[in-house]
Amino acid sequence: MVAEDPVPAPRRPDPSRAAGERHAPEPMTRVAAEQRPGESARTRVVLAEVSRRKHRAGGTRTELTQQTRVGEALIHGLVRAQLALALQLSAVVMVGLGGLPWLFAVAPSVGRMTVLGVNLPWLLLGVLSFPFLVAVGWTYVRLAERNEQDFTDLVQRPER
Amino acid sequence: MGNDLVVPAIVAVTLLTFGIGFYGLRLARTTSDFLVASRVVSPTWNAAAIGGEYLSAASFLGVAGLILKYGVDVLWYPVGFAAGYLALLLFVAAPLRRSGAFTLPDFCELRLGSRRLRTLATVFVIFIGWLYLVPQLQGAGLTLATLAGSPYPVGALVVAVVVTANVALGGMRAITFVQAFQYWLKLTALAVPAIFLALQWQADGRPAVTPPEGPTFRTATTVVVEHRAVLTLPDGQSREVRPGDELTFAAGEPVPEVSGVVTGVTDWLLPSTAGADDRGLFATYSLILATFLGTMGLPHVLVRFYTNPDGASARRTTLGVLALVGVFYLLPTIYGVLGRIYTPQLLVSGQTDAVVVLLPEAALGAGTTGRLLAALVAAGAFAAFLSTASGLLTSVAGVISTDVLGRGSVHGFRLATVIAGGVPLVLALNVVGLDVSQVVGLAFAVAASSFCPLLVLGIWWRGLTDAGAAAGILVGGGAAVMAVLLTVLGPPLTGWPATLTAQPAAWTVPLAFTVMVAVSLATRRRAPADVGRTMLRLHAPDSLRL
Repeated sequence: MVAEDPVPAPRRPDPSRAAGERHAPEPMTRVAAEQRPGESARTRVVLAEVSRRKHRAGGTRTELTQQTRVGEALIHGLVRAQLALALQLSAVVMVGLGGLPWLFAVAPSVGRMTVLGVNLPWLLLGVLSFPFLVAVGWTYVRLAERNEQDFTDLVQRPER
Repeated sequence: MGNDLVVPAIVAVTLLTFGIGFYGLRLARTTSDFLVASRVVSPTWNAAAIGGEYLSAASFLGVAGLILKYGVDVLWYPVGFAAGYLALLLFVAAPLRRSGAFTLPDFCELRLGSRRLRTLATVFVIFIGWLYLVPQLQGAGLTLATLAGSPYPVGALVVAVVVTANVALGGMRAITFVQAFQYWLKLTALAVPAIFLALQWQADGRPAVTPPEGPTFRTATTVVVEHRAVLTLPDGQSREVRPGDELTFAAGEPVPEVSGVVTGVTDWLLPSTAGADDRGLFATYSLILATFLGTMGLPHVLVRFYTNPDGASARRTTLGVLALVGVFYLLPTIYGVLGRIYTPQLLVSGQTDAVVVLLPEAALGAGTTGRLLAALVAAGAFAAFLSTASGLLTSVAGVISTDVLGRGSVHGFRLATVIAGGVPLVLALNVVGLDVSQVVGLAFAVAASSFCPLLVLGIWWRGLTDAGAAAGILVGGGAAVMAVLLTVLGPPLTGWPATLTAQPAAWTVPLAFTVMVAVSLATRRRAPADVGRTMLRLHAPDSLRL
């Protein structure tokens, strides 16, 4: 675009004045000269329209990258959703696993129970805690990816 | 004593490690390949590599030893070591990967833009890395001394030299292959003997793990005491023993009660109960907090995440690690429990960390099967030392080369590796008698009280400031470091002071969080101006490519 512009770069800020100075004596050429800056101005208008059209297509995306209030609110919502999910699942672990020492302490009879000849605390901690952790992790990955998919859909949704 | 298959097995593991390392070196052509594996490692490989790197001497030897010694209460160690990856997954994995930070100091600078905070983080990374490296080298010395009868320094020296050379020459790309291989080796080395041990236990008529009269010696045994202790003999007499004392027990004789070791049946079998003493409960929760929250702050764990291509794959990798590590941690319990039957002499000698390597021969006899399995276990143990030490060394060396030497070149990285490997070797050769798992537990406590609040607040809270982060790390992490130094070097303590320093996380972690939040709120103006952009970068889904 710059390469196509016939006016030398340093004079570009005011092309009409430059053209006027150069062609002042001949009225006929002045018309032509006045058309030329008009032409280049029209070129700019077209480009601006093109870029405006781009803006419209990815409006939400621009809100995000330009850090507008809307963009901030959007990313804030995603962060909150992901944090809430992480906190909820850690609460599950805190109750499910973190409650065990307390349970064994206040109700020693639970610790003495046996299942298939194995004391319950050994079974819970030594075996079952690991699949429990993996299950929580798997749930998190699924739900976190869903949150992100919702966000992506929101951002990439066509405006009209 | 001495098993002629152990040394060949260890040599084979070492050569394989070197071999895969050099194979990887041939693939590493650019500096990026060398340092961060060009970020093209698939989640499956990466998960196995992270698992391989994570399962250290503490997991391979220490957990079984602790279970043998203390019983059900220490099952929280393996549970916590695994659950640490869940905390990492929930709060850190994907945003950290998207941040593009390679090390913890990088994260400090990216998020808070402070060079001074970066320096502080560097100091903590190096401290935690070295604190974690020393027990790996000690474990190597102990294993080789126990199985092959070599002097203690040999094992430590072998591991230090092999690992330093491999990291310096192979870099990260090579390490990924090595670590992935070593995860599967470690799993096999515990799983196969565990099957034989379980069959042997069946064949022996399922001897009770906790006979009502307490553990007894199955065969005539001579015990060489390694740690000072007070024994209470069955007739009620007590006797003080020192390192080097030799005690002989006849077959069928009960194991004497040993001070500091849970020999009583109910104490070992049942969780500590409330009532007379709350210290047990406090220590348990402290341990839970340290291990659950400490994993995310370990330097060698974070470096790995950079090799994932994006945040979503970092998440999937972490889930994979959680599953792989969970499978592994089913096994040490079997060794700790069967150790009560087949190797009760370790309770008297104090060398409970050796239960995993001694159990195969003790249970199956010194025939070919027993010796082969012992060699396999030794190979797995060495894989544990090599892989964890490699990972730690890579990250400590990375930090030293970029933040201390100020060079990002391959040459600078090699120089930094030699420095990073030399210091813990000197420490390991001079500080003998630290408990492998205890030291590792302390490293977790320091990480949980310094980097965990930094990462969690840095990722989820816009209000964090550099001053707040620095204050939190200094107060919380500093308190944990003091507790570590008191435990390791200080005078022996009793009662609550002993509990508070041996398991500091329950008070240092909340302290670190509180200070970090309070100081950040007080210095609100210092919050970085570009926090909105950082948040966008950390949390926006990868598919948007913003």
